[in-house]
Amino acid sequence: MSCTRTPVVAGWFAGEGDGFRLLGTRCAACASVFFPREDHHCRNPACGGGELAEFPLSRRGRVWSYTDSRYRPPSPYVSDPELSWEPCTLIAVELEAERIVVLGQAAPGVTVEDLTVGMEAEVVPGMLHEDAETTWTTWHWRPTGVEA
Amino acid sequence: MGEVAVLGAGMHPWGKWGRNFVEYGVAAARAALTDAGLDWRDIGSVVGADTVRGGYPGYVAGATFAKALGWQGARVTNVYAACASGAQAVDAARAQILSGLADVVLVVGADAAPKGFFRPAGGDRPDDPDWLRFRVLGATNPVYFGLYARRRMAVHGDTAEDFAQVKVKNAAMGALNPNARYRERVTAEEVAASAVVADPLRLLDICATSDGGAALVLSSLEFARRHGHADPVRIRAVSTVTPRYPNTVLDLPDIATDSAVAVDPPAETFRVSIARAAYEEAGVGPEDLSLAEVYDLSTALELQWYEDLGLCGEGEGAKLLRDGATALGGRIPVNASGGLASFGEAVPAQAIAQVCELAWQLRGEAGDRQVAGARVGISANQGLFGHGSAVIAVR
Repeated sequence: MSCTRTPVVAGWFAGEGDGFRLLGTRCAACASVFFPREDHHCRNPACGGGELAEFPLSRRGRVWSYTDSRYRPPSPYVSDPELSWEPCTLIAVELEAERIVVLGQAAPGVTVEDLTVGMEAEVVPGMLHEDAETTWTTWHWRPTGVEA
Repeated sequence: MGEVAVLGAGMHPWGKWGRNFVEYGVAAARAALTDAGLDWRDIGSVVGADTVRGGYPGYVAGATFAKALGWQGARVTNVYAACASGAQAVDAARAQILSGLADVVLVVGADAAPKGFFRPAGGDRPDDPDWLRFRVLGATNPVYFGLYARRRMAVHGDTAEDFAQVKVKNAAMGALNPNARYRERVTAEEVAASAVVADPLRLLDICATSDGGAALVLSSLEFARRHGHADPVRIRAVSTVTPRYPNTVLDLPDIATDSAVAVDPPAETFRVSIARAAYEEAGVGPEDLSLAEVYDLSTALELQWYEDLGLCGEGEGAKLLRDGATALGGRIPVNASGGLASFGEAVPAQAIAQVCELAWQLRGEAGDRQVAGARVGISANQGLFGHGSAVIAVR
């Protein structure tokens, strides 16, 4: 059976392979960047408010910090209760150009043992979970020096 | 800014009692009223820190407590600010007293915490950042605590052993507190042997979720004098600030920080600004403090608070701990109550409980955990979504 691929949140990321990007927005008046995207009001209190246009974030940044979930997170996180829980690694990455830290799950197979603060990581397309009709897609962070 | 008097403080002991939160709140309220030497019918206003079920304050706490104590017509106010709800309740009471709307106010917060991780309300709610972080990332609260802890290790050289020593210190003080849930001393070996929850933090590095209730009776200084309280503990400052843009420290429940690409970050972080606002309002500084009660959601976060309160320089938190300065008998004891490490978090009660501890310490009534000669105390905390909270009390 063929599954529909659906982003877990609409409009937060797009593209395939090397063209995959997180999608924020940028204020036309003050150049502030927002992720998750702000589509209605610029949040810079010194800005009169400009048009907010979609703005793809840098693919690569530096690991700001990392951790993992050794226990199964509660709903609305979706996991198969029939399977034993495998620790999930999370990475916060600082994007130099945008001066922003974005949290994400690590690519499958990346553990905290593979990571150090300050190492380079890149955003890659990932799968969050699948159900009968849908493959729910997301973004993952992958250290550029690690083959996962 | 004027001061208000703390006439009474009361708690229901923390635990996992499995009863309705109203019971805990009423017990705490009655204890605070007895401590103040007042009858419930003397109270002109009740402020409830809301107990949240299913994403909204389903019990609207102030009136729930007033009904349980027996309707007597008092003015009622409810506040919700996540973990900072208690400080907001104190702040609302203070504003009523200083503006002359009320002479004497009862502040109550209580919770019966669910088992396991805190989780967002049900349903499909992609417009709620708290729902999104669970749905998209599975990012529980300990995930954020783990990120902060690892960052400290990388930037400041803190070690897992440093974190464990925070638990050892707080457990030793909690063992002396009859209101604490955990009253056993803990060794560093026991911390190191507990299961990892969110690397590098282990089960004994992370605070539990608890049942409990805390209450305060606050009044004008004039009311206090009239009722025979010649030298009451006084609240001199309540900080309830929000962050300044851009907030560049990743904060629960957010998936990303603000971007600093267009505007440079402020000189001080949000947590530093919480303390500074309180110091400025009280006209005191960290060097004046006798003790501090801080929100040790994790052991590593307690070390961060040392720096954010100005008890030591940036990056020196672990050294302050190792030197024994923050233990009982040290220069500036932190969490003499035992902290969240010994209590576990009962969200709407916790910031009120911090002020109860300050009140008892400043009166010299803290028993075996008394900080000698306590004159000035600060409590500090931070509520999800950008709620600052700090209270300075003096005697």
